[in-house]
Amino acid sequence: MSKPAPLTKSRYFPAILGLGSFAAFVLVVEFLVYADVLNRFIVPPPSEVLAAFPRVIMQEHVLSRFVLTASEALAASVLVTIFGIAGGVLLYQFNLLRLATETWVAAVAAAPLVLMYPLYLVIFGRNATTIVMMGFTAGLAPIILKTLEGLVGTRRVLINVGKSFNLTRSQQFWKILFPAALPTIFVGMRLGLIFALINIVGVEYLINFGGLGQLINELAERFDLAGTYAAICFVILVSIIVFMLTERLERWLRPAG
Amino acid sequence: MAVVAMPTGRDSVPAARAAEPILTVDGIVKRFETPDGVLTAVDDVSLSVLPGEFFSVIGPSGCGKSTLFNIIGGLLDGYDGSVRVAGELVHGPHPSIGMIFQEESTFPWRSVIDNIAFPLEIAGLPKTERYDRARHFVALVGLDGFERRFPAELSGGMRQRVSMARTLAAQPKIMLMDEPFAALDEQTRLLLGDKVLQIQQELKQTTLLITHNITEAVQLSDRIMVMTYRPGKVKRIVDIDLPRPRTSEIVSSEAFGRYVAQIWNDLREEATRGMHDDESRKRRGAPS
Repeated sequence: MSKPAPLTKSRYFPAILGLGSFAAFVLVVEFLVYADVLNRFIVPPPSEVLAAFPRVIMQEHVLSRFVLTASEALAASVLVTIFGIAGGVLLYQFNLLRLATETWVAAVAAAPLVLMYPLYLVIFGRNATTIVMMGFTAGLAPIILKTLEGLVGTRRVLINVGKSFNLTRSQQFWKILFPAALPTIFVGMRLGLIFALINIVGVEYLINFGGLGQLINELAERFDLAGTYAAICFVILVSIIVFMLTERLERWLRPAG
Repeated sequence: MAVVAMPTGRDSVPAARAAEPILTVDGIVKRFETPDGVLTAVDDVSLSVLPGEFFSVIGPSGCGKSTLFNIIGGLLDGYDGSVRVAGELVHGPHPSIGMIFQEESTFPWRSVIDNIAFPLEIAGLPKTERYDRARHFVALVGLDGFERRFPAELSGGMRQRVSMARTLAAQPKIMLMDEPFAALDEQTRLLLGDKVLQIQQELKQTTLLITHNITEAVQLSDRIMVMTYRPGKVKRIVDIDLPRPRTSEIVSSEAFGRYVAQIWNDLREEATRGMHDDESRKRRGAPS
């Protein structure tokens, strides 16, 4: 009779380890708060945060706010992906354009773009469009830069294989350059989506308009720390959903990883 | 055993093989601009390859072998001379020429079968037909059972077989190989040589191999062109009169050893020149 496989060999082990580590972290925080090592007026006990969930869900209409923030994040993600990849391809195709603008694009990636929100309020008004456009602006540069990096980094021999098979320019791009660059493009997408989500929630908070950012603002102003942290958990949930979607998309587009 | 040594490729086809060449390379000269001035990489190289023939080009590093490979494959332009396939003047990549590269060149995002079906997909073949044909080439290179694996899951030798099958699937008239086994260990190289011989005998595939490995060249070839070190010129063309079908067992034969010695004799002087030149460049701090 064969011995049962050890738990560490199980494909569920990494997930169990991750959840276990998180649970251990929560317990440690709980202990540190009760031991007065952590100030409970800055970090509420995790048990209070957990207890605040039903209140935040029922009284603060968190689900509709969650849907609004998630929709804004999704809209911004689609926009940054389309325009970011197109921008990267454009810089790859036109060397002069690349030489002229690459440094500027890199500078934009590092700039605190959230400070532009008053300008966007003037242009688009106090509505979801402003929030989506802020997310779009913040997430664009990393995707452009990483798309460019992925295309430039395509191994010369793969391009030569394409040439040896007499591929057209379009085939060369779709059959070789694009799939070769995909892993790097997805790194850019993840970075871009992080920047977009930070800015979306940040602008919701700043202009006090809809979504989870506004809820966090309201709860913080009421000094409902447990509720604030519970609302932050929903922002993390949006982030997890966006990441899972990009991961699925990457696996579908490039199964070999 | 007769070692036939001739000064140029154009005059070297023995009377017994006096068929129309499928590949004719005539008077190729290629120069590059370098910081040290103009460098002639290939100087007046001519050769002709007969249908079904296995022809190798051997020379020391820096003799312009890979430049010649890129010119014949249509990846490099701006040269003097001409390349003809079955009499047709070739500019740029040509469907009759299939190329296998020295570097690992499988598409990592495609499975073995999808890599091999790639040229058939480009040719617009229906899915069922292209997979049927691709499976034939999977079997030909001995990769049955690995169809759904990805290159990252294969060894270096297996990946080179995938590249070979992918090139063969396009059914080129001429297969060009640029040191395809250079990154492999000696034993794998010999065994892959057997596979190449078997495929070549089965398909009667005209092949031009670029290599710096004498054993590999003698094991596989009907004729070997020895090139001089910089500028790369034709030093000699040697007929390899070893029986076919061959296997790697032939490397232990006396005749094989004599061919290796003969070619090394020609190459040694060139390789020594190359080594001294490389050393003096390094002393000057100039690029190789």
